[in-house]
Amino acid sequence: MKILVTVKRVPDPETVIKIGPDGTGITTDNVKWVINPFDEIAIEEALRIKEKVSGTEVILVSIGQKTAQEQLRTGLAMGADRAILVLSEQTLEPLAIARVVKKLVETEKPDLVVLGKQAIDDDSNCVGQMVAELLGWPQATFASKIELGGDNKSAKVTREVDGGLETVGIPLPAVVTADLRLNEPRYASLPGIMKARKKELKEIPVADLGVDVTPKLKVLKLETPPKRTGGRKVGSVQELVQVLHNEAKVI
Amino acid sequence: MSNVLVVAEHLHGKFPKTTLVSVAAGKQAAGFTGGKCIAAVLGQNVDALANDLAEYGVDVVAVDAPVFAHYLADAYTAALADIAKQKDAGLVVAAATAVGKDLLPRLAARLGAGMASDVTAIVDAHTFKRPMYAGNAIATVKVESTPCVVSVRTTAFDAATRGSKGTVEKATVTSESRMQFVEFAETKSDRPVLTEARIVCSGGRGLKNGENFKIYLEPLCDALGAAMGASRAAVDAGFVPNDLQVGQTGKVVAPALYIAVGISGAIQHLAGMKDSKVIVAINKDEEAPIFQISDYGLVADLFKAVPELTEEVKKLKSA
Repeated sequence: MKILVTVKRVPDPETVIKIGPDGTGITTDNVKWVINPFDEIAIEEALRIKEKVSGTEVILVSIGQKTAQEQLRTGLAMGADRAILVLSEQTLEPLAIARVVKKLVETEKPDLVVLGKQAIDDDSNCVGQMVAELLGWPQATFASKIELGGDNKSAKVTREVDGGLETVGIPLPAVVTADLRLNEPRYASLPGIMKARKKELKEIPVADLGVDVTPKLKVLKLETPPKRTGGRKVGSVQELVQVLHNEAKVI
Repeated sequence: MSNVLVVAEHLHGKFPKTTLVSVAAGKQAAGFTGGKCIAAVLGQNVDALANDLAEYGVDVVAVDAPVFAHYLADAYTAALADIAKQKDAGLVVAAATAVGKDLLPRLAARLGAGMASDVTAIVDAHTFKRPMYAGNAIATVKVESTPCVVSVRTTAFDAATRGSKGTVEKATVTSESRMQFVEFAETKSDRPVLTEARIVCSGGRGLKNGENFKIYLEPLCDALGAAMGASRAAVDAGFVPNDLQVGQTGKVVAPALYIAVGISGAIQHLAGMKDSKVIVAINKDEEAPIFQISDYGLVADLFKAVPELTEEVKKLKSA
């Protein structure tokens, strides 16, 4: 099998972000960058399939600046086989990213594309679904369990949906997006880190792919939401009930 | 003068509140585009649903076919893209529910449209506000395509109310799916739906195990008539089912009263509940970040405080 996994470089989720001076982006000074947590889960799932299905190749793809090499190396250290970095100075929106991924899928011909369900910076939750449509492939988003069919030509995927868990059957090739409970990603081992240095990391300028990445989505401005300030501490359960009833009037 | 197409999700023969919210957002958007608000109802035997929805002052397109009996992304996308074109939709709207989040990006790709996710305000026909970075920044975004596609955050708009009756049109749209619906393991509960409840009580890692959710949190929920929620940590640990998760990547709620029990208040959790009107935190760690955004904080051992609170609430209700 061949599995393509997307990797986005994002600020650490614990980072308190600050809006930059131009008012349309964030200040990137002193930001710690990591693999988007959902993409880490996607990598882990691909590696688990690789461990079960011999001959599986796991290819990582990132789209962005040269600095994303760092996240791709981490993914290679986890155990992925090789990586592709599509270089773009401009931040691309989900539809443009999906078109780039589609182009790479046409060349690489994977059986499965696994993505994180959303990136924790722009929180769009779009790319996987868009890739599936552009390729005309089935999609199983928000996956908490993937079971491959005996012939590795189909999968049964359990999805985290409103009100419970839904299971869908899909033929491969297909797109799956990873939710939180799919697995717990491994850490890269020291030998893994050593090996990753020698693994292939190919860079392709986005212009070379001949994909339309014209923006349709423009961020006009970023604002800090109104801060919620803490109220007060109450001394007892009785006082709490009293203030909720008489003061806040919510019970 | 383009129209707005709302995708009307339904379950068990009813429209959840989230659908009525998307209808209200669609009507608001139609005020900007200058066109009509049209709602699409897809499914099997949806006549009654379609007639019901028309009472909310929208024209309804009903598509009735076995292939739409269960929601499947590819079949719904193809059908809705056709309807969007037939109805000259300049804007396609749905609630940012699990279905909306799964469907709309695929539909946007099919239409070659730009998309804004989880919109909290409609500024004009192409400009929207949406949270980014776990709600720590609010972006004003312009979607420079026609049509454009938006999912709306269901806590950010009021639900539509019944008014003048719109028209109902039955449309025939052919579609097929390469996906197969296998099963829906629904979490059964007699409590209010998390995204619709006036009061939400959520538990975190502080509850220590799933049994304690039953012993301590459930009676409090029942005394208050509240929905039960949970932090990601509690869901990850397997204390409660996934669909109770409140946060950046779970459900976003904004009830009149939110009670956080044994929840420390990670950024990701706050993203899902900080627009609640009144927030109460019960935590034994007085340094817990949750207190910084709580209107009322009680520093206490939850295993003592929660049963007491349940009793006090019962007393109040019977008084």
